[in-house]
Amino acid sequence: MIFRVYGFKCIPGVVVSNLKQAILFGEENSRACYYFLLFWGYHMKLYFPNSAHLQNIEGFIRRYSPKNRKALRVTGHSRYIHAHPFVMAMAACLGASAASAGVEPTGKVPNVSSAPYLVRMKLFDYLGVPSPCEIEEHEESGRFVPLTQIQTSEDLRKTITNLIPLLHAAPSVADPIRYVVSELGRNVLEHAESDVGGFVCAQYFRDKKRIAIGMADSGKGILNAMSRYHRVYDESQAIQLALTPGISGATPRIGGNETNAGAGLFFIRSIAKVSGNFFTIYSGGTLYKLMRKQTVPHMLFGDPFQEGHSLVRDLPRWKGTVIGIDINVDETVEFSSLLDIIRKSYSIDVKARKQPYYKKIKFR
Amino acid sequence: MKKITLNSLVGSFAEDKDTAAELRDEVILPELNRGGEVEIDFTGVTLTTQSFVHALISEALRREGETVLSRLTFRGCEEAARGIIETVVQYVLETVDDED
Repeated sequence: MIFRVYGFKCIPGVVVSNLKQAILFGEENSRACYYFLLFWGYHMKLYFPNSAHLQNIEGFIRRYSPKNRKALRVTGHSRYIHAHPFVMAMAACLGASAASAGVEPTGKVPNVSSAPYLVRMKLFDYLGVPSPCEIEEHEESGRFVPLTQIQTSEDLRKTITNLIPLLHAAPSVADPIRYVVSELGRNVLEHAESDVGGFVCAQYFRDKKRIAIGMADSGKGILNAMSRYHRVYDESQAIQLALTPGISGATPRIGGNETNAGAGLFFIRSIAKVSGNFFTIYSGGTLYKLMRKQTVPHMLFGDPFQEGHSLVRDLPRWKGTVIGIDINVDETVEFSSLLDIIRKSYSIDVKARKQPYYKKIKFR
Repeated sequence: MKKITLNSLVGSFAEDKDTAAELRDEVILPELNRGGEVEIDFTGVTLTTQSFVHALISEALRREGETVLSRLTFRGCEEAARGIIETVVQYVLETVDDED
């Protein structure tokens, strides 16, 4: 039996399953092999590096290849894998998107020492490649929120409700996670139009007093979302608008409408900034990263490009949006203090022309 | 005066914007339009989001400006909820200023 690959005859069992043997079949099949190799390089690739923090997340993204959505190959570092929730949410979303398109991913994640953690985070429930190891199911240790798919308002509500028993943590730790998951989840449900919804997970590093959260969707992306009501020239400008308070993808009106303030992402990047850590947003081929070290740490700027940041524009294209955030937490400091700093910092930015309206509110 | 008890509707984390929008359209705006007062009871609500509070009160602030604050009362707010309400009110009224 002979079939054709890119117009050249080849023998299926030989070419596809045994490349070396195919080369022995002469010139025609060698050419087929050449094109087969081209085809082999022409599929989506996902590689889990040994270190993928928000600090160096570009390295992970650059090794992701979105070519040919009909095939997905998954590989990982052979000795150790550290994956930020950003990475895991993106990987789960990719796996779920592939599954919904009828694609069966190939490859595997090596059975490294951190593999049990990846299994506990439920990465392989969505990724579509076999789990590298077996783990004994037991009550979670209270340090992480495993990958969860959010497709409806009810999914989001359940996810948030389940956060507390999963974390066994003080409100100062649980509240920022609940807050960020709620706001990012609502964004996905209201704006992303993602076939598989959104994927979220979180990790609490008690020793480092740090929370890491990731949320990914494979929807229409920020450029398309912002272009509906705003004149946007490129992805970086779309991200700039999405992070600017008062600009919503749901209305052309500055300040948003009755349901959308256009401030959700501004608040989230502000939480990262006032806590002194990273915030990243990746959509299309562009990555914006709010840096940990800021020259003006006690002031929040409406324009995200006025903050200490990096912007990378030439990355492999991601169809939807991926967001990662690190928040420094102190178990003795309430989340309300963080929010208070945001209000004050934002007011400092605008106080020259504003009134303190909040002083007129009647609290009882 | 209309009273809204949030805890019985949304639990201890007030984040469901659909519920907020329902309360806004069916209770808060009609009562304010009639010239009445609204009391929103946050007792038992330990956390809320900017999006929830915005969906709840921003349209009233936008329609009537800061004067509506004399007819809106927030009861039983813990620090986190109070901080978010203050921030949303400040944010919405500043935006109204900008529109003017």
